[in-house]
Amino acid sequence: MENNTPGFLLVVDDNKVNRLLLGRSLEQQGHQVEMAENGRVALEMMQTRAYDLVLLDIEMPEMNGYQVLEKINASIRFRDIPIIITSALDELESVVRCIELGAEDYLTKPVNPVLLRARIGASLEKKRLRDQQRDLIRKFATSEVATDLETSGFALGGKFVEATAMFSDIRAFTTIAESQSPEDTIDLLNTYYTLMFEAISDQGGVVNQMVGDGLMAIFGAPLAQPDHCDHAVKAALDMIEMIDLLNIDRRAQDKIEIFIGIGIASGQVIAGYTGTMQRATYTCVGDTVNLAARLEAHTKVLGLPILIDDTTQAALISPIRTKSEGSFQLKGKLKEVQVYSVFPSQKV
Amino acid sequence: MNSDTIIDQVTFEALVDAVGEDFIDELLQAYFEEMPQLLATLQHALENLDCDSFQRAAHSIKSTSNSFGAFQYGELAKELELLGKAKDLDSARGKVDKLTQEYQNVQHSLKVLNHGK
Repeated sequence: MENNTPGFLLVVDDNKVNRLLLGRSLEQQGHQVEMAENGRVALEMMQTRAYDLVLLDIEMPEMNGYQVLEKINASIRFRDIPIIITSALDELESVVRCIELGAEDYLTKPVNPVLLRARIGASLEKKRLRDQQRDLIRKFATSEVATDLETSGFALGGKFVEATAMFSDIRAFTTIAESQSPEDTIDLLNTYYTLMFEAISDQGGVVNQMVGDGLMAIFGAPLAQPDHCDHAVKAALDMIEMIDLLNIDRRAQDKIEIFIGIGIASGQVIAGYTGTMQRATYTCVGDTVNLAARLEAHTKVLGLPILIDDTTQAALISPIRTKSEGSFQLKGKLKEVQVYSVFPSQKV
Repeated sequence: MNSDTIIDQVTFEALVDAVGEDFIDELLQAYFEEMPQLLATLQHALENLDCDSFQRAAHSIKSTSNSFGAFQYGELAKELELLGKAKDLDSARGKVDKLTQEYQNVQHSLKVLNHGK
């Protein structure tokens, strides 16, 4: 079985013979190895170099293996680096403590090369999967959500937060889809999402739902953002501008222009990860979210690109032009809602 | 300590096979350099009643010596390690002397074995 992808490894042992011995075995197995003589030196080296795996002795002067594990555990940056404990056989009770402190595995000294190969191979493979998983989270969930997930783990709980919700979709998308080839439609959607994601994440927002040609974004959660109303409206203006630019391109290619509608509302939302431990998504629900969805639907009625609620309008700090469109009785709302339209500052 | 049993030959040869003949010299060199320091640390810790350093030094002697197949010697070091852990350095006095004396034999046997390979 050849599961021996070379890795960049750190061997931590206060005993030179042990270091040399382990280092030699690892180099013979194709890995690149660096060595540290105690925990303090190891942590210093880890600050500047990205190791794939650390082999850690327990008994060491200055800083022992337990202390290293505690530090690594407390660090988001180091937490995912697999640590394999190398210990003398009679330290088994300490090995248990190490595993509890987050160590991935253990090897008894003197280290058997066959076991060493197998354990290192398995750990590196696991790390690779974890790295891939993290890349995926980053790709689909934005860095804020990814960071939040890494810090808190997948705690499937909810909380009330002050945030701004945004809904956006493409006008008459079905008509557009029917007028062109399926390839063109998927291509259009991909371009559209790329542009919208960029506009939203540039303003610190998080896209948490994509359905067909519609998307939902949230500003101010999962990470608090002081001016979430302002950022959301600025993102909306950027989105409109990007669509204008896209349309120049589409006109040049004799393709149908697209128009989007955006609804924005601010207030309390219930935010959290919903789903199962295997598949979870960051969601926001509540009255504010429903209002944003209704406002987005209402853009079609009024024929305007961006509609915001009065809470969002009142919280604007940037010089953004808004106009009162009056009060409306929106579906699912008991009271009438004061609605404002936002005007793109410069027309393309 | 019986000279035939100072070093377990099977373990030593397996080590030579594993790391290569060139490297075993380097490894032994490191051991011969490190052991006097560890024995001095052990002695020093005993005089200062520093149980932690004592335990650590004994642990280190045990673990490296076992790597070369010096199991009896490693066992002796382990007894000291446990005494250090139990904070009973009084009982360790005579054993530290013995460990220091026996090292000459371990060193000698390792040199003989290495050159006879």
